[in-house]
Amino acid sequence: MATDLELTGTTAVPTRQTSSTPELRTFVVARRDPTPGPDRTVRRRVASTTPADRLASAACIVSALALAWLTCFRLLPWGTPLAFVLTSFVCYLVIVTTVTHIVAPGPAVADRLATSIITGGAIVVGIALVSTVVFTFVRGFPALIHPNMWVDDMAGVGPRDPLTKGGVAHAIVGSVIEISIAILVTVPLALGTAVYMVEVGGRFARIVRTVVEAMTALPSIIAGLFIYTVFILLLGVPRSGFAAALALSVMMLPIIARAADVVLRVVSSGLREASLALGASRWRTVWHVVLPTARPGLATALILGVSRAVGETSPVLLTSGAASFFVFNPFVGVMNSLPLFVFSTVRTGEELYVQRGFAGASILLLLVLILFVVTRLLARPRRGR
Amino acid sequence: MSTEVREVTPRAEPARPRPISSKATGSDAVFVKGTRTVAATVLVITGGIGVFLASQSIPTLRHYGWSFFTETQWAPETDTIGIAAVLVGTFTVALVAMSIAFPLSLATALYISEFAPPRVRSTLVSMVDLMAAVPSIIYGLWGFFLLQPHASAVARFLHANLGWIPIFDVDADADAAQWEQTRYTASAFIAGLAVAMMVMPMASSVMREVFSSAPLGEREGALALGSTRWGVIRSVVLPFGRGGIIGGTMLGLGRALGETIAVLIIVSPRFDLKFKPLEIGTNTVSALIAGRFGEASVAQLSALLTAGFVLFCLTLLINTLAAIVVSRSRSGAGTDI
Repeated sequence: MATDLELTGTTAVPTRQTSSTPELRTFVVARRDPTPGPDRTVRRRVASTTPADRLASAACIVSALALAWLTCFRLLPWGTPLAFVLTSFVCYLVIVTTVTHIVAPGPAVADRLATSIITGGAIVVGIALVSTVVFTFVRGFPALIHPNMWVDDMAGVGPRDPLTKGGVAHAIVGSVIEISIAILVTVPLALGTAVYMVEVGGRFARIVRTVVEAMTALPSIIAGLFIYTVFILLLGVPRSGFAAALALSVMMLPIIARAADVVLRVVSSGLREASLALGASRWRTVWHVVLPTARPGLATALILGVSRAVGETSPVLLTSGAASFFVFNPFVGVMNSLPLFVFSTVRTGEELYVQRGFAGASILLLLVLILFVVTRLLARPRRGR
Repeated sequence: MSTEVREVTPRAEPARPRPISSKATGSDAVFVKGTRTVAATVLVITGGIGVFLASQSIPTLRHYGWSFFTETQWAPETDTIGIAAVLVGTFTVALVAMSIAFPLSLATALYISEFAPPRVRSTLVSMVDLMAAVPSIIYGLWGFFLLQPHASAVARFLHANLGWIPIFDVDADADAAQWEQTRYTASAFIAGLAVAMMVMPMASSVMREVFSSAPLGEREGALALGSTRWGVIRSVVLPFGRGGIIGGTMLGLGRALGETIAVLIIVSPRFDLKFKPLEIGTNTVSALIAGRFGEASVAQLSALLTAGFVLFCLTLLINTLAAIVVSRSRSGAGTDI
């Protein structure tokens, strides 16, 4: 039994049966010395490094950097920071392998090498993420310090006009309107479908689930192309914020429905049965028991879908057109949004426009970061359970 | 007084079981019908897209036949339309992205589940989730403005030293004194780097989930037998998580195939059937749609829809296979990836 292993030292076993003697009797072992022995006070630390280890790894890093510097800047014509970083990583791997091989047996060498490679890969990913965020904010900063960037639109702003004219506020307004419409369209449909798939079930629910899961594979550009073909070309609806919101809804609907399905499925069926046994109708059970229980998870599902949709450029590119001025009515005329603004300004290649594009990208990233933090805060109570 | 025996048939009704029906009545019936209507609406909307794409593809495929899949040029003015070049380009970008994203996502997942100190583990998990939430256009800007100069230098290095391998070949002189940087920019390689950033967090979180559910008893057994941390990974974690590794990679591949905007920002469109990822110019199905939808007539639009339908079928196939692989690896648990 696994518990036998834990019966050590202070957790004394008071009774014992002896089976070797013919007359079976139980007796109490008197513990004469209740103080734990010296071998119990000093625990061996298994996951620590010795000073020699630390010295060796520090020496490996220093010598790898020195060797890489010598290779990149003195011996070979590779004098770029990227080449230096790559060379020092390779040098470090070689030196670590050699040094470990001197003092430790084979498995330890493999362990050290694998640890170095895995940690190196994780560091590369971390650098890539941090560089993306920092680079966007740094390039957007010169434009973002002008307050007009946050409150003005681009009406009448020429390519040579300085950054003190014009702004991205019209794109922010457009993004907010389009996302709001998309949420209004998506949430009731996705939630209703998830409730049907979980609470009612049956063969039809399985068909719906299969199709919804298949549609999460839909590339976003095809959602845009679908709305463009059906609404704008076949039905003659002009390009507008509403068409863009529909394209975003088509993209978000399967994502949110599937995530909500997963969240509702883990609601404990005991709660459901208790509510039904008390005589509540199924509708009341869902409204007062199932949905409140799953609320943090549902909020997470919604915000994940929204943060995916707010940054998606391709459906908007096909369906909304691009206005350079404030548009508040999503049903009439073209409308801009943040990702589309970033895309169109960066494509012009004009230096000032590119800076405005980066300002838009910074605001977009900020929006996503805020949504992300909100998701984390909402998801927290579920983790504590 | 006498006792008389009479035969009387009892009047009581024979006991019959109460009729029990699982059919919903009253508000329950409204509930079932209401939610079923919503679900049917969603089924019509989502399924409608698939049916619409398929129906739009029929006239195109009837008109062009098999040459739609073998023709490389997209020249509507001469009525030669085909997706061979863009399909090859799509797979080139996706394969470059996966060959970068696979080792990095595996390393990240292993680091978070096996090496990271428990205190920072949840922070690292949120960072990977944040990476998945960053919009693709921002990765496009990152790839175009920050990465391109360095990546083209790497491309030239690969060409100069490994140019004899066909995939590293570039149609330029590698040893020229003034190197032709423009030949190494706007390539599938650089687009693949940006797409790799998008698919990596997705693949990594699937892998990490599977790794951290590797059985504790087997881990402890391996440790008790004296294996190192890498020994535990090699003998317990990786064999257990094989399904997660394959499934996560395929999910990432499905996403990489459909990525539009980062590719559109970075590559310069070409319609050559080639497999030279380091050289300038390529095209993908989604970038083709984004670039050509505006000037398309009705017939061309249905050709673009056909290209989109082919892309959708590919991503659907890959995602389905990935879901099957991941769900099998978890021994009966739900496929909530």
